[in-house]
Amino acid sequence: MTFSLLAITLDWGLVLEKFLLIVVVVSISLGFAMYSTYAERKVAGFLQDRLGPNRFGWFGLLQPIADAIKLFAKEDIIPNKANKVLFVLGPGLAMLAALMTSAVIPWGDTLTIGDRVVSLQIADLNIGMLYVFAVVALGVYGVMIGGWSSNNKFSLLAAIRGASQNISYELAMGLSIIALVFVTGSLSLKDIVVSQQTIGWNFFLQPLGFLLFMICAFAECNRTPFDLPEAENELNFGYHQEYSSMKLGFYLFAEYINMFISSVIMSTLYFGGYDILPFVDETKWGLDSNVLTLLGFGALMIKTVFFVFFFMWVRWTIPRFRYDQLMNLGWKKLIPLALINMLITAAVVLYLQNGWPK
Amino acid sequence: MQPLTNRSKQVDRSPMTFSEKLYLPSIAKGMAITFSHLFKKRPTIQYPEQTRPFSQVFRGLHVLNRDEEGRERCTACGLCAVACPAEAITMEAAERMDGEENLYREEKYAAKYEINMLRCIFCGLCEEACPKDAIYLSETFAPANFNRQGFIYNKQELLIPNPLTEKEAYEKAAGGRVRKPVNE
Repeated sequence: MTFSLLAITLDWGLVLEKFLLIVVVVSISLGFAMYSTYAERKVAGFLQDRLGPNRFGWFGLLQPIADAIKLFAKEDIIPNKANKVLFVLGPGLAMLAALMTSAVIPWGDTLTIGDRVVSLQIADLNIGMLYVFAVVALGVYGVMIGGWSSNNKFSLLAAIRGASQNISYELAMGLSIIALVFVTGSLSLKDIVVSQQTIGWNFFLQPLGFLLFMICAFAECNRTPFDLPEAENELNFGYHQEYSSMKLGFYLFAEYINMFISSVIMSTLYFGGYDILPFVDETKWGLDSNVLTLLGFGALMIKTVFFVFFFMWVRWTIPRFRYDQLMNLGWKKLIPLALINMLITAAVVLYLQNGWPK
Repeated sequence: MQPLTNRSKQVDRSPMTFSEKLYLPSIAKGMAITFSHLFKKRPTIQYPEQTRPFSQVFRGLHVLNRDEEGRERCTACGLCAVACPAEAITMEAAERMDGEENLYREEKYAAKYEINMLRCIFCGLCEEACPKDAIYLSETFAPANFNRQGFIYNKQELLIPNPLTEKEAYEKAAGGRVRKPVNE
């Protein structure tokens, strides 16, 4: 009885639409991450006066495929004393956590196909930001489980370093977001983007908040200058030292997906998401709404590509922090700064809403 | 010791100022430097397609020279083997038979002549020792190989192409170093 009612009320078009959207979003994330590995090597090469991969395909464009074939062809080793279940679970979890964030990101406005209005967002949660935080926090499990289950002291040390780093920087990140939420008045990512379309990009209102958020995003993605969990040249590869073949590939891939997702989130939160130009009302251009939506998606992608390039640019410029420097920066500098930013924002918002207290 | 250049600087150990503690100005400076490298000329040479030109006096793989009639110059005197500090050269001598005058310049020749390129240090002493202008170091180097046997070059691999029948190949192999019959 209940089943048949469900079947009647269920909008199968909606299910199909969301299913297609999920497939497209996940494939875009994966494809982007795949070509980030190529771009990383290319950018590294160019910044160091080298050429980067240029042998396989035009300008080496098929290099990621060659890398994938190589990784699949490698022997898949599970250490004798490793916890086998967790050892296999680790990379899967890292990948899962990396991909799950994309569900709440508004990739564009709405497309009108026939009489159906399709929103380019998988799920518009009213607590979208909290969801992003929860999933990002899950990413620590991939690191921790991988490091612990391989039964290797170096992996475990690196995993503990990674976990403590992620937890420390999540605080400052959360505090910088609270200030942003004061400004926009909503936790939904869609609302945040819509509010930026009218009042201008949040970057101009929260420059310090953006800086703090970006530094914390670097730390959350385990990218240089905060790549202590990996530390190729100190801890000989860190938490994925015992991993080989595609399990290692999953860890490395998850890092690039994380980088992509945090770039998208930075663009969404502070640079207007799919808003094309700040302080400009795009609807007055007289373009078809579908065209405008696609242009908006393109704008989001351009911003994202810039941030991904920025991630790489920083990686090949700045040396790694020492562990005590990392903790000092996180606890003694970023968190107080974020608190001050939050207080000032709160005071200004209250003043603008209620006027000076009598 | 006296400094050799004027680039050495005393390390500054004074505590960091506020602007230095911010890190950001110096990070911005560093990023500007790396960004400027995006537009610099790359010194890379695409190896198998492009090669770096060698100097005229480059000492590479050996060639056994021939005279203007295409005859082998080597008489298997063994001076190169004696001069070789790495003991890379071995040879066996043989006597020229009647009817072989178009093959060998003098009555004695090397029936077997081998150079182990893994031992060779490319010093060029064999070339200096040779009284017959028979051995020269050319402008090529030994290609990689999967087994050691492949690095022991026999006489057929070392002999320069015949200047009469394969003139172009001869010129290419001779390069700038080998004394050619024309110069004599």
